[in-house]
Amino acid sequence: MRRRLKFGVLFSRVRVEEKWIFGAMEKRGIDYDRLDDRTIHFDLQNPTPWQQYDAVLERSVSYNSGLYALRLLNAFGVPTVNTASVAEICGDKLMTSAAFARDGVPQPHNATAFTPEAALEAIEAFGYPVVLKPVVGSWGRLLAKINDRDAAEAVLEHKSTLGSVQHSIFYIQEYIEKPGRDIRVIVIGDRVLTAMYRNSEHWITNTARGGSGELCPITPEIEELSLQAARSVGGGVLGVDLVEHPEKGLMVNEINHTTEFHTMQPLSGIDIANEIVEYTTSIAREYA
Amino acid sequence: MSTVTCPECAAEVQLVTGTETGEIIVCSDCGVDLEVTSLEPAEVQLAPMEEEDWGE
Repeated sequence: MRRRLKFGVLFSRVRVEEKWIFGAMEKRGIDYDRLDDRTIHFDLQNPTPWQQYDAVLERSVSYNSGLYALRLLNAFGVPTVNTASVAEICGDKLMTSAAFARDGVPQPHNATAFTPEAALEAIEAFGYPVVLKPVVGSWGRLLAKINDRDAAEAVLEHKSTLGSVQHSIFYIQEYIEKPGRDIRVIVIGDRVLTAMYRNSEHWITNTARGGSGELCPITPEIEELSLQAARSVGGGVLGVDLVEHPEKGLMVNEINHTTEFHTMQPLSGIDIANEIVEYTTSIAREYA
Repeated sequence: MSTVTCPECAAEVQLVTGTETGEIIVCSDCGVDLEVTSLEPAEVQLAPMEEEDWGE
């Protein structure tokens, strides 16, 4: 008879996704602890309390807290969903782009620079408009569409003067004239679970910024590209964002490693939370 | 169903059945985000402000 598994779920806020995940674990009779990233602490000389977990599912909204927790847990030999390595890549747009470039995953044209002067030179080489993005950040925050040199100079100066040092890692991306939507694809392991269009009149189509969801048929191209992108970052439970480039076709914009699915689960009718718990169970069994 | 007092505007806010500790609710009067910090007794506090590295 199989031993009863013990999971930890690392979180910052109990959003509807976490409620669904807790519910799925309880339904399956899984023993689990709720680990609030604001109250936990790690004694690096005593990993034993953490090694009770057969797997930890990371759902922190704080990238840094989640990433460091994953690094420690992996160092303690605790399997995690996702791994620290995946979080490192997905949580940093530049790292994601580098992985895609290495593996030939189609993506928007990107460049990076470390001073406002060098960034301006890179932007001028792209031509306008371009998009400036923070390397770490989500929910469409602090994205800037730069329409001309005046705007470029102003935003670069603001970022270097007012932002943290990380804002001086300038991440420049070609502006893509999207058809009023992008595509969010949920990939778990080697399976594409579901996909949705995120429609918006605004150039930022993130549902966190008011974009609306619509079910998207999973074409062979969407499936293949999403799986290729997921493999490139190391795989796991991932929200892959695709964009339809008017000339170059479908490409991968970014990947989220603690993906939200409050719109996708009811839209698709797929119990994504249960699928995540199932995948976490498979990872735990693999390492047990 | 429990009732709590919004720390921002003093409105009475109801916690519906199934509310979890750590869940964010919105005060129906002033619209502020509240974090449920306890269910028995029912307690809320102002939810933390969004940080720069928050996201998915």
